[in-house]
Amino acid sequence: MITLAHLLTLSAVLFALSVAGIFLNRKNLLLLLMCIELLLLAANFNFVAFSRYLGQLDGQIFVFFVLTVAAAESAIGLAILVVLFRERRSINVEELDQLRG
Amino acid sequence: MLPLILFYLFATVLVLAAVAVIVSRNPVYAALSLVLCFVTSAAIWLLIEAEFLAIVLVLVYVGAVMVLFLFVIMMLDIDLEELRAGFTRFAWLGWIVAGVIVLEIAGVVLTGKLGIDVTRGAAPLPANYSNTQELGALLYGRYAYPFEIAAMVLLVAIVAAIALTLRHRPNLKAQDIGRQVAARASERVRLVKMDSEHRE
Repeated sequence: MITLAHLLTLSAVLFALSVAGIFLNRKNLLLLLMCIELLLLAANFNFVAFSRYLGQLDGQIFVFFVLTVAAAESAIGLAILVVLFRERRSINVEELDQLRG
Repeated sequence: MLPLILFYLFATVLVLAAVAVIVSRNPVYAALSLVLCFVTSAAIWLLIEAEFLAIVLVLVYVGAVMVLFLFVIMMLDIDLEELRAGFTRFAWLGWIVAGVIVLEIAGVVLTGKLGIDVTRGAAPLPANYSNTQELGALLYGRYAYPFEIAAMVLLVAIVAAIALTLRHRPNLKAQDIGRQVAARASERVRLVKMDSEHRE
């Protein structure tokens, strides 16, 4: 029988992997966006698991909204990426220092 | 017993695919591994009887978002070597943070601070239970306004993405339908009166 602990552990591992991915691919904007998608998936795992095991369907509605916002985020993120690449011919995050941040 | 075996199978594939996403050299492989992640997640969600979201995950993520990612990867001409330089420089920090996160979550879940018994299975659902129908009733009932806001968010995202990537090239020869329709013969043909030429 699949227990809540199984799902929470899997989601924790997934979350940790994507955080490690953000550290590893800190230069590549494209892979950073993918790691964020993975992070949101791990969070969605928790929502679905708790919703199923507590018998409350509201958690799954939340996953639906998270999916919506994540789709919008990746669409705008990729559009910005394309514009950035046209301007700079590069998507290296370390070169984005025009604001002197 | 079978669901547990399937769960472990899919979970193993999911974790391996997630590792492939973060360490692969080629962004195309990373994107395809991410597709595998989403498919196996959908399978696990099917196992815990969240059918609607499993299907939505495959349709929206694999069908739309990841295809968008692949398009962008193939459109851009990225210098991979430059982006890979110093790949492992902060890797130790990444793995430490990842380990701390796992320990934190395990600390919350396994020590019983959550106030729920995490070692029990889910209550079985009635025989004619429809996850999609129940979700629909909630979505168009109690969550009708958030649902409309979500639609608005998507609309804004479409407009923003198009507005950002639209570009006008200066010397592009494109049709302007309005000007074509509004054209009159008097603007196009000009009759000039002149004397006939005489040969010497």
